[in-house]
Amino acid sequence: MIWLAWRQFRVQAYVVGALLGALAIALLLTGPHLVHLYDTIVVTCSAHNDCGPVQVSFLHEDRVLKQVSLLLELVPALLGIFWGAPLIARELESGTYRLAWTQSVTRARWITTKLCVVGLASMIVAGVLSLMVTWWSSPFDRLQDNPFGFFGQRDIVPIGYAAFAFALGAVLGVLVRRTVPAMAATLVGFVLVRFAFTVWIRERFASPLHASTTFQAPFSTSFGAGPIRNSGTWIISSNTINASGKVIGQNGGIGPNGEINFRQLPGGASEFVGVGRCPNKIPAPPAGSRNDSSPPLAVQHAVQRCINSFHLRSLITYQPTSRYWMFQWYELTSFIVLALLLAGFGWWWIRRRVA
Amino acid sequence: MTAVLEAEGLGKRYGRRWALNECTLSIPSGHVVGLVGPNGAGKSTLLNLAVGLLTPTQGSLSVFGKEPAIDADQLGRVGFVAQDTPTYAALSISDHLKLGSRMNPRWDNSLAEARIRQLGLDPRQKAGKLSGGQRAQLALTLAIAKRPEILILDEPVASLDPLARREFLQILMETVAEHDVSVVLSSHLVADIERVCDYLVVLVSSRVQLTGELEDLLASHHRLLGPRTETGATIENQYVIEASHTERQSTVLVRSDGPVLDPNWTIEPVSLEDLVLAYMGQGKSQERSALVEGQE
Repeated sequence: MIWLAWRQFRVQAYVVGALLGALAIALLLTGPHLVHLYDTIVVTCSAHNDCGPVQVSFLHEDRVLKQVSLLLELVPALLGIFWGAPLIARELESGTYRLAWTQSVTRARWITTKLCVVGLASMIVAGVLSLMVTWWSSPFDRLQDNPFGFFGQRDIVPIGYAAFAFALGAVLGVLVRRTVPAMAATLVGFVLVRFAFTVWIRERFASPLHASTTFQAPFSTSFGAGPIRNSGTWIISSNTINASGKVIGQNGGIGPNGEINFRQLPGGASEFVGVGRCPNKIPAPPAGSRNDSSPPLAVQHAVQRCINSFHLRSLITYQPTSRYWMFQWYELTSFIVLALLLAGFGWWWIRRRVA
Repeated sequence: MTAVLEAEGLGKRYGRRWALNECTLSIPSGHVVGLVGPNGAGKSTLLNLAVGLLTPTQGSLSVFGKEPAIDADQLGRVGFVAQDTPTYAALSISDHLKLGSRMNPRWDNSLAEARIRQLGLDPRQKAGKLSGGQRAQLALTLAIAKRPEILILDEPVASLDPLARREFLQILMETVAEHDVSVVLSSHLVADIERVCDYLVVLVSSRVQLTGELEDLLASHHRLLGPRTETGATIENQYVIEASHTERQSTVLVRSDGPVLDPNWTIEPVSLEDLVLAYMGQGKSQERSALVEGQE
């Protein structure tokens, strides 16, 4: 039975294997250069005091190839659509199940073998792709230091996505019994579940931590979340509260929409919106300076002093970087369990209900 | 006589429609059984139940005394050629033979290869490129080479042209002669049944209207021609299956329980086609009639 499962699947396996191989070559040819750049220029930038431009130019390296990250969003869905959905739907649709199920192999073994062979292949494809992309992107990732920002495109979770997408496709194929509608339903179902995890479930894997800092006026890199944001943590919410503990703004701002903004005034000057009675007029920058440069230090300090008098605080809810791997394992496990539940349901349905 | 296939009150429902209802049937071994009936009589449903592709909604069905497709051994004892003879379009003929050998412990590879050679087929050819007749032959080869004890064929020749149909049935007959295998073959074409079968089951609206060995059935049924008689008139020793009347003459198809005593009747032999059509007509007109048993 393994022979048949493999024989029906091998052309697709070869094609995907070849594509992965080609991508591996491209990444192997360019990856070492990125590591070299990182080690020689980015690491030493503070010594040369030119970190800003160096980092910006480094992040612009290999802009095209950097899109491989998106592959990790696409590939699990594609595996579900093109490997999962047709797996059984095509047999039901073309009638060949009547040939397969009347050989001396029980239906249970047939479905088990098919699910295992193609399911494992899907997981291997996603795993290998993720390994390659994670390795290749590591210099960028280290510089950006935002592991939760690429959570679904790195390390082990893509394996779970692929397993889930595949099982979802296979089961929908069994239920719908037609290939093309099953493919469409797989795409919709996968995107919905993936989205639900990203925006809703993942942050609930562990109760978040809280940090409270003095409210900082939005002048510089310490805007809003301050030091927490810059160390790769995952900010779940950031509220501005006043002296009595009432939430008066979000994301490092004040006011109903949580914004503190510069507003351009005629003549090049600008003012802050939303800081009430505080000194908020900023003179026009001297001619020739960049438009977006921060206001003079004296003005910043004046605004900050005024804000301090209101005793505002930033209350930040976050998941620390140290939980990254725990979350990876939780999410992988969740998707694998979902995949197994689906596969078990499909297995039961094929044996009992497709009749 | 042991039964290869036995059904008891067998029923299969799709939604609210019964495709087969209260079917009771026993098919003895060692025969080439023709299962005939109009479209929608439940032939296909019955055969799919027999190979375990379908499960009964009610009643029971056993093949060699066991539930169909219950395990690998039971699957191995039953060869099946499904309607429209499905094969994997992307796989070559030799792939199909390999499939057979990998999935059937009793696979007879030399038999399969000899069949393919005999048919003049190129083993490298993809099944999707075969003609309907060739594909049916491939499906038959797969079913035969697994060396089943019973071969079940669901309208195997329905979509074939007359020449391919004759070839297919010829090969089927050779196989039956060579190997000790029972065959159940469904068709709505009586001519096909007549060519190959020695046992007949007529299924109308999921009821068995007639069952028995072909020779006995033909010997025990007659067409009587005589002067016009009243509709519904009975004839001594004869069971009337079908009667038609012109102004002056009556033609009656009867099952004879003894010699025709009334000298007014002219006795003619009946063709299988007429016999089957008569029972089909009877079955349709009295769907709820009692089971009519032929001679065993």
